[in-house]
Amino acid sequence: MFEGVPLNWFLIVATLMFFIGIYGFLVRKNLITMLMSLELILNSVNINFVAFNKLLYPQHLEGMFFTVFIIAVAAAEASVAIAIIINIYRRLVNIDVEKMEEMKY
Amino acid sequence: MTNNQFMFFIFSAIIVVFSILTVTSRRILRAATFLLFVLVSTAGLYFMLRFNFLAAIQLTLYAGGIVVLIIFSILLTSHIGAKLEMPALTKKIFAFFAAAAGATLCILTIIKYRFPETSIVSGRTSIDDIGKALVNTGKFGYALPFEVISILLLAAMIGSIVIAKKRKD
Repeated sequence: MFEGVPLNWFLIVATLMFFIGIYGFLVRKNLITMLMSLELILNSVNINFVAFNKLLYPQHLEGMFFTVFIIAVAAAEASVAIAIIINIYRRLVNIDVEKMEEMKY
Repeated sequence: MTNNQFMFFIFSAIIVVFSILTVTSRRILRAATFLLFVLVSTAGLYFMLRFNFLAAIQLTLYAGGIVVLIIFSILLTSHIGAKLEMPALTKKIFAFFAAAAGATLCILTIIKYRFPETSIVSGRTSIDDIGKALVNTGKFGYALPFEVISILLLAAMIGSIVIAKKRKD
């Protein structure tokens, strides 16, 4: 309970966000929109870490540091993914996963 | 209903509604803008929990950096007004049932479980503590993951430059 807001509420919001991200990842065909769904998933995990840290162990900072590292990994992942997407677009003029059949050079 | 609960409901409503719009919008640039709204209201949740430093990181790195990167690559790879084609109905239905089954299972488990109440009330975390913990090698110190993440960022930077570079052949 944090000033009237129970831990469960944070977890429920994060769960909804996570599974909306899963839905988007399954349904979308464009590579950039799939990347956006991945960002949603990572962000929902961050909410979980932060809520657990604040509401169960407020004297430590473990959840906060995990969140900082996840944000850094997400930034690295997004930059590499976008480099790959731009390279694929340059070769195939298309970033649909279903039309992308030749992955070898 | 307290003020805090009211703000929580506003933020969570924004998060859920705009997440759905992000994965269903047919215009890709709009989807990126909706993702920006989701990330900003997540930063609002962090502010509500008094993680001011983390909320600032969320705003600058996620909302400022990653979304701008995504929008940049959208502008490079597709037309602004281009509409994505609709996914097949069967695919939509199966994906919806997969997501809904997972969500209901998790939410039922979360509602049933009673978390222990903590009596320790802490204020906001100071930048001082964060900086000391980040370079501390002892207990509750994060020097090693800090170094690992710096090497990861360097490798990602070099890798993305090499991948996106134009080849002369």
